[in-house]
Amino acid sequence: MHVSESHSSRQRMNLFDSRLLMPAIVSAFKKLHPRTQWRSPVMFVVYIGSILTSLLFIQSLLGKGEASPSFILATAIWLWFTVLFANFAESLAESRSKAQAASLRALKKTVIAKKLATPKHGAAWEEISAGELRKGDVVLVETGDVIPVDGEVIEGIATVDESAITGESAPVIRESGGDFSAVTGGTRVLSDWLVVRIVVNPGEAFIDRMIAMVEGAKRQKTPNEIALTILLIALTIVFLVVTVTLLPMSLFAVETAKLGEPVSVTVLIALLVCLIPTTIGGLLSTIGVAGMSRMMQANVIATSGRAVEAAGDVDVLLLDKTGTITLGNRQASDFMPAPNVSEAQLADAAQLASLADETPEGRSIVVLAKQRFNIREREMEGLHAVFVPFTAQTRMSGVNIGESTILGERAIRKGAADTMKAYVEALGHVFPPEVTRAVEDIARRGSTPLVVVDGDRVMGAVELKDIVKGGIKERFAELRRMGIKTVMITGDNRLTAAAIAAEAGVDDFLAEATPEEKLRLIRSYQAQGRLVAMTGDGTNDAPALAQADVAVAMNSGTQAAKEAGNMVDLDSNPTKLLEIVEIGKQMLMTRGSLTTFSIANDIAKYFAIIPAAFTTTYPQLNLLNVMHLSSPSSAIMSAVIFNALIIVALIPLALKGVKYRAVGAALLLQRNLLIYGLGGVIVPFVGIKLIDMILTGLSFV
Amino acid sequence: MSAQSLLLLGILLSLLFALAYPLGLYLAKIGESTTTFGWISKLEHGLYRLAGIDPNSSMNWKTYAFALLVFNGIGTLAVYAVQRLQTSLPLNPQAFPNVSPDSAFNTAVSFVSNTNWQGYAGESTMSYFTQMLALTGQNFFSAATGMAVAYALIRGFASHSTKTIGNFWVDITRSTLYVLLPLSTVFAIFLMGQGVIQNFSSYQEVSLLDPVTYSQAKTTADGQPLKDEKGNPVMENVTVKTQTLALGPVASQEAIKLLGTNGGGFFNANSAHPFENPTPLSNFFEMLSILLIPTALCFAFGKMVGDMRQGWAILGAMTLIFVLLSSVVLVAEQQAHPALQALNVDQTSSALQAGGNMEGKESRFGASASALFAAITTTTSCGAVNSMHDSFMPLGGMVPLILMQFGEVVFGGVGSGLYGMLIFAILAVFIAGLMIGRTPEYLGKKIQAFEMKMTSIVILVTPVLVLSCTALALMSDAGTSSIANPNAHGFAEILYAFSSAANNNGSAFAGLNANTPFYNSLLAMAMWFGRFAMIIPILAIAGSLAEKKRLEVTAGTMPTHGVLFIALLISVVVLVGVLNYVPALALGPIVEHLQLFAR
Amino acid sequence: MNSIFRPALVLFVALSVICGVFYPALITGIGQAAFASQAQGSLVSANGKIVGSSLIGQAFSSPQYFWGRPSATSPMPNNAAASSGSNQGSLNPALIDAVKARIDALKAADPENTAAIPVDLVTASASGLDPEISAAAAYYQANRIARARHLSLEQVKKLITTQEKPQYFGFLGETRVNVLALNLALDQGIGK
Repeated sequence: MHVSESHSSRQRMNLFDSRLLMPAIVSAFKKLHPRTQWRSPVMFVVYIGSILTSLLFIQSLLGKGEASPSFILATAIWLWFTVLFANFAESLAESRSKAQAASLRALKKTVIAKKLATPKHGAAWEEISAGELRKGDVVLVETGDVIPVDGEVIEGIATVDESAITGESAPVIRESGGDFSAVTGGTRVLSDWLVVRIVVNPGEAFIDRMIAMVEGAKRQKTPNEIALTILLIALTIVFLVVTVTLLPMSLFAVETAKLGEPVSVTVLIALLVCLIPTTIGGLLSTIGVAGMSRMMQANVIATSGRAVEAAGDVDVLLLDKTGTITLGNRQASDFMPAPNVSEAQLADAAQLASLADETPEGRSIVVLAKQRFNIREREMEGLHAVFVPFTAQTRMSGVNIGESTILGERAIRKGAADTMKAYVEALGHVFPPEVTRAVEDIARRGSTPLVVVDGDRVMGAVELKDIVKGGIKERFAELRRMGIKTVMITGDNRLTAAAIAAEAGVDDFLAEATPEEKLRLIRSYQAQGRLVAMTGDGTNDAPALAQADVAVAMNSGTQAAKEAGNMVDLDSNPTKLLEIVEIGKQMLMTRGSLTTFSIANDIAKYFAIIPAAFTTTYPQLNLLNVMHLSSPSSAIMSAVIFNALIIVALIPLALKGVKYRAVGAALLLQRNLLIYGLGGVIVPFVGIKLIDMILTGLSFV
Repeated sequence: MSAQSLLLLGILLSLLFALAYPLGLYLAKIGESTTTFGWISKLEHGLYRLAGIDPNSSMNWKTYAFALLVFNGIGTLAVYAVQRLQTSLPLNPQAFPNVSPDSAFNTAVSFVSNTNWQGYAGESTMSYFTQMLALTGQNFFSAATGMAVAYALIRGFASHSTKTIGNFWVDITRSTLYVLLPLSTVFAIFLMGQGVIQNFSSYQEVSLLDPVTYSQAKTTADGQPLKDEKGNPVMENVTVKTQTLALGPVASQEAIKLLGTNGGGFFNANSAHPFENPTPLSNFFEMLSILLIPTALCFAFGKMVGDMRQGWAILGAMTLIFVLLSSVVLVAEQQAHPALQALNVDQTSSALQAGGNMEGKESRFGASASALFAAITTTTSCGAVNSMHDSFMPLGGMVPLILMQFGEVVFGGVGSGLYGMLIFAILAVFIAGLMIGRTPEYLGKKIQAFEMKMTSIVILVTPVLVLSCTALALMSDAGTSSIANPNAHGFAEILYAFSSAANNNGSAFAGLNANTPFYNSLLAMAMWFGRFAMIIPILAIAGSLAEKKRLEVTAGTMPTHGVLFIALLISVVVLVGVLNYVPALALGPIVEHLQLFAR
Repeated sequence: MNSIFRPALVLFVALSVICGVFYPALITGIGQAAFASQAQGSLVSANGKIVGSSLIGQAFSSPQYFWGRPSATSPMPNNAAASSGSNQGSLNPALIDAVKARIDALKAADPENTAAIPVDLVTASASGLDPEISAAAAYYQANRIARARHLSLEQVKKLITTQEKPQYFGFLGETRVNVLALNLALDQGIGK
């Protein structure tokens, strides 16, 4: 499997990608089935209207028509277009999702698994197709093998390439026990081996759920979508009553005024279709599908549309300090030498050990050594130095320097305090208590200690300080304006946590957080009537994830965490939470804005159709023809055509979503009300007039 | 708009707010069941003991709704029975016969539903006993019912995760004893001072200075009109030297008729009758008292939900719509009628006369106080009239029609105005809330599918009733034969009747002869469903809201006070409330206006 | 069920008695004590006979009396036992016909008067019982009264002025006169 293949799942597609257009058009026609239409009651009314006008056209061809056949035909055609345009919008959104799903499905190639007879490394194994694996089976995965299905590592440690799922090319370490024991089907072991217990049955695997979600096959309406649909149905019923009762009113008017013709059924259907909220009705499901699709592009898999919507409602964000607020990479800030070691000696050893270490931490040690003691970078070759990289087994890195150099033979290592202690004690030496104390001091400050050992001599500790991410403070200020409270969660002590919290500009923090503390915090916020979002990756995060309203599990996290969350971030990027909130909000905003637009449109349509429909009975009503549309039939046609075309015009907006700005609710409302409310009043006046001019210019009517 | 009209409107509204604010705070106390007053409190608790009511128990919304329906059901039966039996009951000095079944049914529903549509003429139909016990009683109870529902809905917003919305028995008892009765007593005394009558005497004969001669159709012995050979009625001249003055206990009924936004007049001419509304001052305070409780309830709402700004916002939206539309009537009624202009009739406003359209108006009120009264009586669900709306200029008549078609949410009825407007607020919040990217919430309560379902029913009920009943009447002879005025105005009469009934207003384009079995029954149906098909879903919303958590307000919460929200609320009321009626209005008053002023 | 029906029934009866019996009785008592004349209908007596109510208009058609607002009550105008307006819409031809007839009657009684007729003299009142006319309507008729009663125009105008009820504070009420009061004054005071 090639990495490039998997990247297509995250590729951003053009709005009207030609590869998507044709299938969408075909599917728009397929959706004319009554059962499909029935799912959107608003569009179903248009659908029935289209059928009725088509029948009226046939009737008029037989010479008994209520209006001229060409007028009825034109109305019928544009009503059909209205239905097709709505279908097309939905198909387009779906086909984008399907394309994403297809690339995911490519991962599900038949994989041959090595099923172990007993759950132990070295036991006998037989080759079996991945599809036959059941929950509880144990398989062996070795270098180069693809992990067949989602599972839990029970033995071994290995580097795994998860780029197929996450798009992140750096391999990750997976090992038994702890928070990095979950492996995902479709990913590949790069080195070493793993014994994996399968945790899902066929079809239930993570990748299967992803495909199902993305395809929208089981897409259920979200709560707000249901509420909105109810409102749209109510408006449709009202306007149905309005138009139906207009017939007796018109008949009565003709009877008493003794003038003109009663309004025709065709005109009434045209009026009905123009008045009911077809714009939002036609684009409602499109918006939902597109919202899920945008989540997918952000590399987040939501388990339900409900979760996406809830993301928009969140008002408290619980954010882990490390990786979200601070850089996962810390920077060297201080050297704390062991007794009888000078600071410069420690710096020298630390620099040597880090010369070939290209990690940010390593580079920062070299930089610090140069700043403090002006120790120049030395050439590795000149020293005959051999770099000892960090491995999962040794958990330390360093350098071996050749005998013949000026420095003499040396083996310098650096690593976490407990690892180095074990290393020194294994060499038969005592780990100096002063260094232990220094290590504790550093930890208390919220920084990370790194112990340097030269040969068998403990040189001291290097303080690696947490660095607050650039721009994060502004981000939190933005969130505050949006009304979202940020809470930093950290295992650090209160003092350190407070210092970092102040620097990062979070609203609150939870120090020395335990899983129970986190759970309690979430519950207390919820009791105040707030919606809480959090990210987590460890098994001990699971209860809190389950409690939170929006819970984003890191893909790198444990299976338990992923099960407890309602979203999975494939990039395992805790900052993603902010993006998720925005996508959630965007989806709701798009619905609200188009609803407002749709309702506001009615004013202009009344001005177009009412004078036209009754002008034969009451010529005075032509004074209401403020747009000066050229004739009654062109007025009605223009309104119907506008009504159909506006759906097409708004497809890009429905797919992309209304732009979200991190401002307070009042400003946001003002802005959207102006654009979609006032705009919704004005645009159709202009649009209908233009269409009327074109129709008249081309003398269609 | 004339200076007089502006002054009248400005002073009325200023005085209204000054009186309604303290009353609102008092209403909040009454609704919160904390305040009691000496002997009234003894009466209150005596009633509870008598009826076996535990005033401290609270009902869930279904029980509350059931209690409300039972109480109002009993009321309907009682009013019907009293009318049907009035010959056998006391206080019937004019010996009026029992009311016909269809009219009695219509009137029963009409008074129970706070509509007070009158298909009958009071002074020639109802005995004093019927007027005071059945009709005055319902004037109190229907207003108290409205207040109870408003209290229940406010509690739904104000409470945190509870299952109950209050006790219906306590709400109507307290509303009646602590609010409606004291206010009515004070107002009735004031009205008597102005000249409103209050007695139980039989009708008074007076001798005329100038005998009146009129011609009337001759009748045969059995009451059939006598006709000549050509089939035309034979006319005879009759001269009378006396005038019969209808009397009765008017002041007591008049006071609650206005304070309770009932509107059912003692006399056929309602508040245009000099015995109901004798002076410009009585007229001014009648207008004030119609608006008083609906306005005060907005303040009570703000107080009870713990944020006065919320009440001001609702009131602000109501006031803006009202001022805008009442200005239209004020201007329209001051206009000169083109046809009268042609006949050299002086219609200009001057120091010596009010001028304007005086057909169907009283001299003491003139065009402006009549136009303003019309706007007030229809912006609220009162329906009392001091001028004949049927004779208004087309646009002047359209405004009352529109104000009713808003769903009686601009001030509206006692209680019903507030709860109706809150439903529109929920709708506004729902649409706008989505626009800011959150699940909509109002006053910290999430607006979800259930609330939208109930809200949809509420906004559906009246347009469906009005439009379909109007269509039904237009399609039947029984419907069209009652029309008094020709052409588009005839259509407007029917539209007005059903708009008035379904929205529980009660005023009329009174030319329409609605005292027929067809209209009595169809209008009764519209009134019943217009009232209770709204109340039940609203109580359901109250119950559902009560169960919800009250969310905290953050910068991300949509503000539901301030200018933006007011503008939004007005737009929603206009777009959702009235847009449905645009085609019908175009075929009625709009076309009339264009015809009248066609050059 | 009983937990609902008993309270409903008892409360309904009790409150009905309070609001439908005690309350009107209380108001009647206060009215008879404090506003006896008003409560009985503001009746007006002349020569020991009750000749009307100051609040209820009467139909005058003789030239020597001020005429009041046209009334649309039936069967006779100003029927105080059956108040009613005309309910004619502004586009109703019957309204224009009625106005024309009233203009003709006024012109017939006072042929020399060419002034524009004040609108309230040719349009029906809302109750059909309007006791008042605008001051303009009274002055319009002054000539006719003066001629019929052999009074000077000034005398009649003075009478009108003394009877005029003004508009208060620029917004309350309209300038108007009570027709019955004018005619009684004519009959009693400066008449014949």
